[in-house]
Amino acid sequence: MSATALELPASYLTEENTIGSWLLTRDHKRIAMMFFCSITFFFFIGGIAATLIRLHLLSPAGAFLQPETYNRLFTMHGIVMVWFFLIPSIPATLGNFLLPLMIGARDLAFPRLNLFSWYLFNTSGLLAVYFLFVGGVDTGWTFYTPYSTLFSNGHVIAAAVAVFINGFSTIATALNFVVTTHKLRAPGMTWFRLPLFVWAIYATSIIMLLATPVLAMTLALIALERLMGIGVFDPQLGGDPLLFQHMFWFYSHPAVYIMVLPAMGVVSEIITCFARRPVFGYRGMCYALITIAVIGFFVWGHHMFTSGISLLSAVVFSMMTFIVAVPSAIKVFNWTVTLHNARIQFDAPMLYALGFIGLFTLGGLTGLVLGTLSSDVHLQDTYFVVAHFHFIMVGGTVSAYFGGLHYWWSKITGRHYPEIWGRFAAILMFVGFNLTFLPQFILGYLGMPRRYYTYSTDLQTWNVLSSAGASILAVAYLLPLFYLTWSLIWGRKADDNPWHATGLEWLTASPPPAHNFLRTPRVTEGPYRYDPRDGSYVSQDGVFHA
Amino acid sequence: MPPVEPGVQYADLEQQSETAQLGMWVFIATEVLFFGALIATYVLYRASYPAQFRIAGHDSLILLGSINQAILVTSSLTMVLAIRAARLADRRALVRLLLATAALGFAFIGVKGYEYARDAASHSVPVIDFVFKHGYRAPAELFWTFYFIATGIHAVHLSIGIVLVLILAARAARGAFTPLYHAPLEVVGLYWSFVDCVWFFLFACIYPLGRAGI
Amino acid sequence: MDQWVPFWPTNAALSASIVDTINIGEFALIGLILLFVTGMTLVFCVRYRRGSPAPRQPLGSSSWRLEIAWTAATLAAFFVLFVFGANAYLFLYRPPPRTDLEVYIVGKQWMWKVQHPGGQREIDALHVPVDRTVRVVLASEDVIHSFFIPSFRLKHDVVPGQFETFWFRPTRTGEYKLECSEFCGVQHAHMIGTVTVMSAADYARWLSDQGVAESLSQQGAALFRSYGCSGCHDPHATVHAPLLTGLYGRVVQLQDGRAVRADERYIRDCILTPLNQIVAGYPPVMPSFAGQMSEEDLIRIVAYIKSLSAGSSS
Repeated sequence: MSATALELPASYLTEENTIGSWLLTRDHKRIAMMFFCSITFFFFIGGIAATLIRLHLLSPAGAFLQPETYNRLFTMHGIVMVWFFLIPSIPATLGNFLLPLMIGARDLAFPRLNLFSWYLFNTSGLLAVYFLFVGGVDTGWTFYTPYSTLFSNGHVIAAAVAVFINGFSTIATALNFVVTTHKLRAPGMTWFRLPLFVWAIYATSIIMLLATPVLAMTLALIALERLMGIGVFDPQLGGDPLLFQHMFWFYSHPAVYIMVLPAMGVVSEIITCFARRPVFGYRGMCYALITIAVIGFFVWGHHMFTSGISLLSAVVFSMMTFIVAVPSAIKVFNWTVTLHNARIQFDAPMLYALGFIGLFTLGGLTGLVLGTLSSDVHLQDTYFVVAHFHFIMVGGTVSAYFGGLHYWWSKITGRHYPEIWGRFAAILMFVGFNLTFLPQFILGYLGMPRRYYTYSTDLQTWNVLSSAGASILAVAYLLPLFYLTWSLIWGRKADDNPWHATGLEWLTASPPPAHNFLRTPRVTEGPYRYDPRDGSYVSQDGVFHA
Repeated sequence: MPPVEPGVQYADLEQQSETAQLGMWVFIATEVLFFGALIATYVLYRASYPAQFRIAGHDSLILLGSINQAILVTSSLTMVLAIRAARLADRRALVRLLLATAALGFAFIGVKGYEYARDAASHSVPVIDFVFKHGYRAPAELFWTFYFIATGIHAVHLSIGIVLVLILAARAARGAFTPLYHAPLEVVGLYWSFVDCVWFFLFACIYPLGRAGI
Repeated sequence: MDQWVPFWPTNAALSASIVDTINIGEFALIGLILLFVTGMTLVFCVRYRRGSPAPRQPLGSSSWRLEIAWTAATLAAFFVLFVFGANAYLFLYRPPPRTDLEVYIVGKQWMWKVQHPGGQREIDALHVPVDRTVRVVLASEDVIHSFFIPSFRLKHDVVPGQFETFWFRPTRTGEYKLECSEFCGVQHAHMIGTVTVMSAADYARWLSDQGVAESLSQQGAALFRSYGCSGCHDPHATVHAPLLTGLYGRVVQLQDGRAVRADERYIRDCILTPLNQIVAGYPPVMPSFAGQMSEEDLIRIVAYIKSLSAGSSS
């Protein structure tokens, strides 16, 4: 289906091109692109920190960083990557761009709130980066008390304030998404006709709304404690340092689901399109997303098994941790079975999605090991944990993010990226990632603790392997920067639906006009009406395509 | 004033109004978690130090707290009546009731300020000027820390509400609201009632302690 | 296990055997699941690639039976893992059936200070006898640390403001790494040491070689007098204060109705925040020693009070 010769409105990119029209835009697509630029910037800041860390760890005594600097670098890496890259990545870029398109709406419910969210995000991000450079923070992204409140010499309050402001950006975006999904669906778009990406963004937004305020209060309390000496977490003033951990992890565990659920949504979209068959067990997938979101609020204690919490609570948290793993396992089974009786094409987005399945599965399974109480006593606070969460957040979320960028690149920019380079970067990322993080499981089992700027010489081989992998991974991340930028100018132009996909977003031009649809679509079909026997499909407005 | 147009993403004003109200409900949910985290902290420490919290709570000024409770509940009434006036196209009543709501909000802040002054005079300000003669001091200081943080954050929320209500009053005076379009009143009214509700919970945490056997 | 797998860490304690056994089983299970998932993915990718001759069936019948089946199977498998892990954890973290030896360890930025009951002291080192159950009482002087012995597969956080306890039983002599595994500041990576497990005879010789005059409880008795505790807690004191003989391990009735067991934590709390646990029937007059006593002094006094069994005079 290509654009006709009718007099069509200009695309959202070319419509009006002054700086002011971008900085004051209400168009969710432009805001999505502005978020894309912001988070790419923060991704590189966090990535530079990681590069320095891995270079430094080539040598057991530490290659070139002072201990103070090393500690500030891993803190910066964690804070920037979690709050200024991973959490906004898929929701604020792909979610912002695609949610209205996928439900057949002409914008989000509150466009000005969306723009405000971007300004809050940049304010908080620049504040964080400024203080992380000037003097730094060395508490780790987890800010454990009483080190952060009474002992650390860094800019803890500034970092806490920056993350606090960032929380409001998250809440604003999530509020917009939830309300939009409830109220602005096109006629015929019932809940169980929504694409899984919309379900994933919706579930993510629920978590964002309910968890982030708790983080906000926790950060406010440590800032006040540090500033004024109140004793909420100070044992000498009757406070409990462990209370901070409970409050922090009450947010931060759901936060990891904020980071992974959108990735699952992207992967569902990609797999079903490139396997040319409906995702297996659509309703089960929807329920799994919601179940993960809900149960994810009841497992936070698994970060504290060795902290001295009561044995009964530890047992309950472990049980809940195993329960929350079940819907994730269901999703993996469903994706795998979607490949059965399919008609698979291995374009770059599909390679990223397949990589996700393997890496997320291994990451999730090692999460089971950590959720096993006796294993956690050994592995808590070692590199095993570091490897586990990087498998999910980097192997999982970042793979899916790149996969989604490639999949929707033609819709967003109207251009195709060069396919060979796309596939090469995907494979390189998979190889580099495994080489970086598989050795870290071994390092963890051998007992190398986290946040160590130096280590014993017998562990050097594994560290060197990990750093070598990191260098490959770095190349794999830089490649898309180059060829995606290249494609903006020299890429082949895209028509409306180059992937022959069924979603409403593919009914409009690539790139879409300012208000998405010339006429609000009427939905008569569920998502993913693909036929693997001949590759034909029925788009959600009921039109059959051979 | 010319008729209000719904935003381009809305089919009609009614959808826009419903959406705005849903948005405020969702925002209120986040605020419940925000205050809830603080109240949960309070509950945990109260369970850890029941005796000292009881003694410390007895020093709170329940009369002033109760007056403030009455002020806030009345302001919710005036707010709701203002929305009713908009529905009935009674512009004068609308403006007066909005101004009354704001005035009651100011009254709350005033009483609260006076209460803070009395608390300071009786050396109940943690860290800065805190004296506790009835035993282990740290939990009492934690009680008063919670008191100042919770009522302080509540006062900030209330102040934002007052500003919003005054803005609405100015718009109402210029005829911005009609029976067909008064969604901003509904939305701010929801927020105002929420701030009122929070005070119920804070009142229950702070004032009854050490009195009537609690 | 550490003998056949080249990079498996040394197994030097009972806890390590337990943890390793469960882990091996768990790694085998998750290895199978990973193999199954990736294997199926690869097989399907090859068999159902576009252009392959494999037949594609029309889609459509309900699959909920399969979904229920694999959900139930997953839940069951996970439940088994959970039960093994929880059971072992309770064994590892509950008080040991019997204790052969107690050691007191204070963590502070950035060293571990070890005190043996005989008064022997070490820094960043811990000597213990093999095949004996060692109970450790941990305290922090500043921030949260974590006491980690990889070869024992054990760690426990050390939280300021309270004593933590755990136990281990080494099964092999040798030297093993001791590390701090909770970020605690600039030199966190240097808060490391060596645990030396020795035969009983070597350990006894080591203890006497340290040339220590006073045991821990004797040092505690001296502090008990110098801090003025005996002024009230002596049987002949004029102030009505609880007597401490036989206190350790007993259940104490508090004024607010609580009944607590007098363990190390309780004794420490009484010294630092006495007004929070007034014993029933006694006036609330004990002063607090918060800010005056280091964690090491507290440990000495606690050791002394523990040594006061019923029938001896204080």
